[in-house]
Amino acid sequence: MSKPIESPAGAPHARILGVGGYRPSRVITNEQICQVIDSTDEWIRSRTGIEERRWATAEESVGVMSVAASGKALAAAGIEAEQLGCVVIATVTHLVQTPSLAADVANQLGAANAAAFDISAACAGFCHGLALAQDMIRGGSAEYVLVIGVERLSDLTDMNDRSTAFIFGDGAGAAVVGPSQTPGIGPVAWGADGSQYDAIGQTFNWERLREESDAGFPALRMSGQQVFRWASYQMVPVAKRALERAGIAADDLDAFIPHQANNRITDAMIKALKLPAHVPVARDIAKTGNTSAASIPLAMERMLEEGEAPHGGTALLIGFGAGLVYAAQVVVLP
Amino acid sequence: MAFTQEEVLEGLAEIVNEVAGVEVEDVQLDKSFIGDLDVDSLSMVEVVVAAEEKFDVKIPDDEVKNLSTVGDAVSYILAHAES
Repeated sequence: MSKPIESPAGAPHARILGVGGYRPSRVITNEQICQVIDSTDEWIRSRTGIEERRWATAEESVGVMSVAASGKALAAAGIEAEQLGCVVIATVTHLVQTPSLAADVANQLGAANAAAFDISAACAGFCHGLALAQDMIRGGSAEYVLVIGVERLSDLTDMNDRSTAFIFGDGAGAAVVGPSQTPGIGPVAWGADGSQYDAIGQTFNWERLREESDAGFPALRMSGQQVFRWASYQMVPVAKRALERAGIAADDLDAFIPHQANNRITDAMIKALKLPAHVPVARDIAKTGNTSAASIPLAMERMLEEGEAPHGGTALLIGFGAGLVYAAQVVVLP
Repeated sequence: MAFTQEEVLEGLAEIVNEVAGVEVEDVQLDKSFIGDLDVDSLSMVEVVVAAEEKFDVKIPDDEVKNLSTVGDAVSYILAHAES
């Protein structure tokens, strides 16, 4: 008879110990965008809530931004890189199939004891990462996990596309997740709807660059109304499920931090969730644009830094994006 | 229960007023949503979702593009609402 294997459990709970963000140095105003597309600052603001966004310089690669955001998160958490058991990076703009960005970033940080891998879950990537981190810590696969959301969406933005040129931005947000005696991250409410695979995505496969010498470069495109409807209405039951599973009512929240896709989606969600007026809501999109996987940790960092949300408060996070995929959970803010 | 054109127009006017702040009297059959009433494409989605609920009708995304005027929307709802 074979000897039974052992499978010890990990920590009873997990929590976010620290968060840090990196915003690129180049500020791009709506006026600058409107020099290329036929639009106005007023139209962009009323359609999306965006006043300006940040685009990375050549030096501000996804790696550079990840390392910078991670340094801040580790310092905020009071954790050394050597203590990390895993580095997970959520991104869709690490423009090489292999090796992963996480392996490179883990090495640069000095996370010598960490496993490292990237995940591709679009604008829901950070929330997917938090769910994985929590499970790893409770399951015993890692004690401290670094979750990063980073994007250089400007690399995949068609500056001449009137429907998307003003939306996308660049940046990185990181969170250090660690063990906790009390719950710090609620159960995830997540899922995927591949029937809407065509709603958001890259215009063409990289292979076309090999087949057609004048293919140009692929870009991100979206079916605006379809995505707006899906995000504004179908994501509300997901948010409610995340609240229910955590035993929290909308009334109990100290912050609502949805993916910063579009201010109008945020408004529609607030209405449908009947979120009480006293709950602060993330509006980072105004200065940052839509940074996909980086948007939630960047928004969280800003709300904490500016005193809009309390340290130790309860926040509802919800990410949703290309796939279409989504993930939401209630967390205790670091 | 079948709706009359008047009922649909009235119901739609209420919705457009609630979503986009347009005066109920301005929501007339010949008015275009974007041009005349300043209801942008995202507000159109909100109008459509509210109309689906109010009139028990399905208005898929690819239909929304064809609803340029209030009259277009009223005709669509009348043609597709459950009787």
